Amino acid sequence: MTGFEEVAGAVLVAGAQIVTVAVGGLLLVGVMRKVRSRLEGRIGPPVRQPLLDLRKLFTKQRMRPEEASWVFVAAPVVLVATAMVVVAISPLATTRPPLGQSADFFAIVFVLLLGSVSLALGALDTGTPFGGMGSSRAMTIGALAEPALLVAILAMSIPAHTSNLPVLVHMGLAHPQMIASPERILALGSFVVIILAESGRLPVDNPNTHLELTMIHEAMVLEYAGPDLGLVTLGESMRLTLLLGLLVNLLVPWGVADRSGAVSFVIGLGALAGKVALAGIAIATFEVFSGKLRLFRVPELLAGGFVLAMLGAVTAMVVR
Amino acid sequence: MSNVSLVITAAAGSAAAIAGGALPAKTRVWAAVVLTWGSCIAALFGALAVLHTGQSLVLNSSQILPLTGVTMVLDPLGAVFVVVTAVVAIASTLYWLGYASHGLSTRTTSAALPLFVTSMLLVPMAGSVATFLVLWELMALASLVLVLVDHRRSEETRSAAQWYAVMTHVGAATILFALVLLSAHAGDQTFAAIRVHARHLPGVVRNTAFVLAILGFGSKAGAVPLHVWLPKAHAEAPSPVSALMSGAMVNLGIYGIVLVGDRLLGGGPVWWWLMVTAMGVVSALFGALHAATSTDLKRLLAYSTADNMGLVLIGVGASGMFAASGHRTIAAVAMVAALLLTVNHAAFKGSLFLSAGSVQVATGTRDLDQLGGLMRRMPITGAIFMVGALSIAALPPLNGFVGEWLVFQSLLHGLPTSSTAVAIAIPLGVAALALTGGLTAAAFVKAIGVGFLGRPRSVEAAAAHEVPRSMQLGAGMLAGLCVVLGLAPVIILPALGRAAASAVPGAPLATVRGSVDLHLAGLQGMLAPALLAAGLALAIGGVIALRQLARRRFTPQPALRRTEPWGSGRELQTARMQYTATSFAEPLQQVFDDVVRPDRDLDVSHLAESRYYVEKITYRTSIGDIIEQSIYRPVIRAVRWWGQRVRGLQNGSVHRYLAYGLVALVLILAAIT
Repeated sequence: MTGFEEVAGAVLVAGAQIVTVAVGGLLLVGVMRKVRSRLEGRIGPPVRQPLLDLRKLFTKQRMRPEEASWVFVAAPVVLVATAMVVVAISPLATTRPPLGQSADFFAIVFVLLLGSVSLALGALDTGTPFGGMGSSRAMTIGALAEPALLVAILAMSIPAHTSNLPVLVHMGLAHPQMIASPERILALGSFVVIILAESGRLPVDNPNTHLELTMIHEAMVLEYAGPDLGLVTLGESMRLTLLLGLLVNLLVPWGVADRSGAVSFVIGLGALAGKVALAGIAIATFEVFSGKLRLFRVPELLAGGFVLAMLGAVTAMVVR
Repeated sequence: MSNVSLVITAAAGSAAAIAGGALPAKTRVWAAVVLTWGSCIAALFGALAVLHTGQSLVLNSSQILPLTGVTMVLDPLGAVFVVVTAVVAIASTLYWLGYASHGLSTRTTSAALPLFVTSMLLVPMAGSVATFLVLWELMALASLVLVLVDHRRSEETRSAAQWYAVMTHVGAATILFALVLLSAHAGDQTFAAIRVHARHLPGVVRNTAFVLAILGFGSKAGAVPLHVWLPKAHAEAPSPVSALMSGAMVNLGIYGIVLVGDRLLGGGPVWWWLMVTAMGVVSALFGALHAATSTDLKRLLAYSTADNMGLVLIGVGASGMFAASGHRTIAAVAMVAALLLTVNHAAFKGSLFLSAGSVQVATGTRDLDQLGGLMRRMPITGAIFMVGALSIAALPPLNGFVGEWLVFQSLLHGLPTSSTAVAIAIPLGVAALALTGGLTAAAFVKAIGVGFLGRPRSVEAAAAHEVPRSMQLGAGMLAGLCVVLGLAPVIILPALGRAAASAVPGAPLATVRGSVDLHLAGLQGMLAPALLAAGLALAIGGVIALRQLARRRFTPQPALRRTEPWGSGRELQTARMQYTATSFAEPLQQVFDDVVRPDRDLDVSHLAESRYYVEKITYRTSIGDIIEQSIYRPVIRAVRWWGQRVRGLQNGSVHRYLAYGLVALVLILAAIT
């Protein structure tokens, strides 16, 4: 293969993953809302409603609080951009994504953290009590989720001798017994807790809340309107989809393309969509039956996640 | 030939100190700064030559110090610290040019600052115990003078200097014991001779020397629980001095630990390094937690220094553990990670302290609860602070990210092949690193968000203006370095690899290879920070283009509207309603209540007519240092009690003193016969 073809192929793969996650992410949100409504005995908005909302938001006038600086405007852009970069290089539909060698699990966590930090800064830039409240709570939860997340990654990386994500997924395909190993299961258990916390789902944060005092994520984005709000919702749905995509690919890697080739890649995209949709439905179902935890009970939940991850890491060492 | 540069460093530095002390007010600062630059540039030349060739520079002179003479040896390990010090010093003195008009152009300051810089440049070049101790003491005294510069302004400055003086001298005493113990057994006081004899030393001597050295150097590095002086001195010193202390001086504590542990003693048992790692973990967590809950901008930065030095100590400790269990390659990777963290820390903490100083100059306060809205009023300082804060939070594409990644990789790869104690220490180390990272992110979101964003919380903040050009340049230089080192860490990694190889005996030279991407020798791990940054830039451009395109496609766009933010239907929304630094940290403070132990004070006063109506509620909360309160205060109380008792012996009566003399004489005679 020539250098040009290689680059073109990489761009195509990255582009396809980004578009799938961007559009699919919005549909995922629609599906989750639909499932929730149905289980609660309502009909609910159509699945494609988030897409329509996004379209509408982009037609609206741009608004900005009086005292806000450039940080307020830059935050949603950075949020979406970080999500795009991580989606492009992650093993979502194939274990050979472009720049896959740099798709280190630790590195990805920090790229995503850049997105969260910029949103928190944007919230503080509004100069309102709600922005500060959301940002403070989000950073607190983020700080407490970090140890569980990174130790979970450590636990998964020890048997594979690497923290490179494509290799981790590939090893799951090549050696299925690695997935059933206790350290992987414990680590993924902790990963689930972290996904719920990081993407602002119940029981940590209620995405449908209308009461400012209980908000975390919604309080941060309260001042965003029009296209900026569109970018925030897009970025958030991409992050949720990405995290779920990584979870399902580490848990059930089958379907992910392990060779280069258009057919297997398209199959990989389809498999990704199916698996993530199932995971989303599971979360939505869980949300119907659970309530929001008090803010100061969330650390206990995260500590639970940390214990799982730590057990995973210790097991990985003992088993080895 | 290039050991001329060592002579020039010392000569130019001394000339700068003399010029600063002797010249009249107008020329004093300029002369001192230019001569200090000369000293720094000479040191840079020498150090870069050493890092490039790997050959040490040696200089002996028997004329300067009586009895022992001066021995200077600049090896690759020391050269890294010389380069860091020189760069931070150039930036800080450039900043000083603009800052000097704020009470920093006195003779004392102008003489002490060059002296401080020069002694820091020379400490890593010292090649014998006497030379090292003289330079170390010079550094401590010069910095003590500089901490005291603002002593007229507040009581706290005097108390900070007192703490600093005591801690640094207790530290110097333990270092003195450690080094003298080693040189006494070696029979010679040059480091080369000590290194040769170190293998034949009895275990007790080695262990005692190492523990004493950790105590002394650890206190210089601000390792918890020896950190108490650091938040006080760094916060109270003038900002360019804080930048120098935090960006350059604390590093020398790390240098000292590596010098004694690895270079002089040639590594030691696992428990030495477990101790270092444990100290690192405690410092990192304690520092990060206090940084996250501080409301004083410079105190926040000072605690974050303790936190970063903790991370470096984790790297140094891990390197020692791996070396002790025979994994030289991974040991070298961990050492490179530790050195990279040190270099990074100097760059971002230097720029942060300098821009915090700019904020203090512009607003007259460093209390975050009085700031806000500075990003629009001081855009350049704001951007510089932003770069520094994002890199300290280890966010890509800035330099802190690469360093942290390297530490994680060395810990991950060290894991499968070591002893049980190491295997338990490492996941805990990773957890500590992670929690520290999260808390640091929270601390610096708070620092930027409350300090620079939103609305101004005081009249002074609302009236703030940008500071003079030289101050922006000094701080901006270091911020620029954060970006460059974040995009292309490979420009310094070969040099750090050489330094690590000289610190870890028997390690391979090139541990981290690659031009754009970083490969780790013998390990599966890769990162291409520049490509990642390019991807981010591309994605940002793409998102902006997409947004413009979508807006043009859908509708004729109305202009951007600036509006009052949502206030839940309240009519008036004031700046005082914003979250402050205190309220931002409240959830974290609640979660870590047992460690932080804030003092809360609630005062409710009722109306005179009816106690059912409240007239005023005052709520005060302050966070002290629990280690200071529970370890140092009792010691101070005990010393004071003992002092009171001893006072009773002296009542001014000549008869009593004669009696003491008689008793003492009798006792001595009894003892010798």
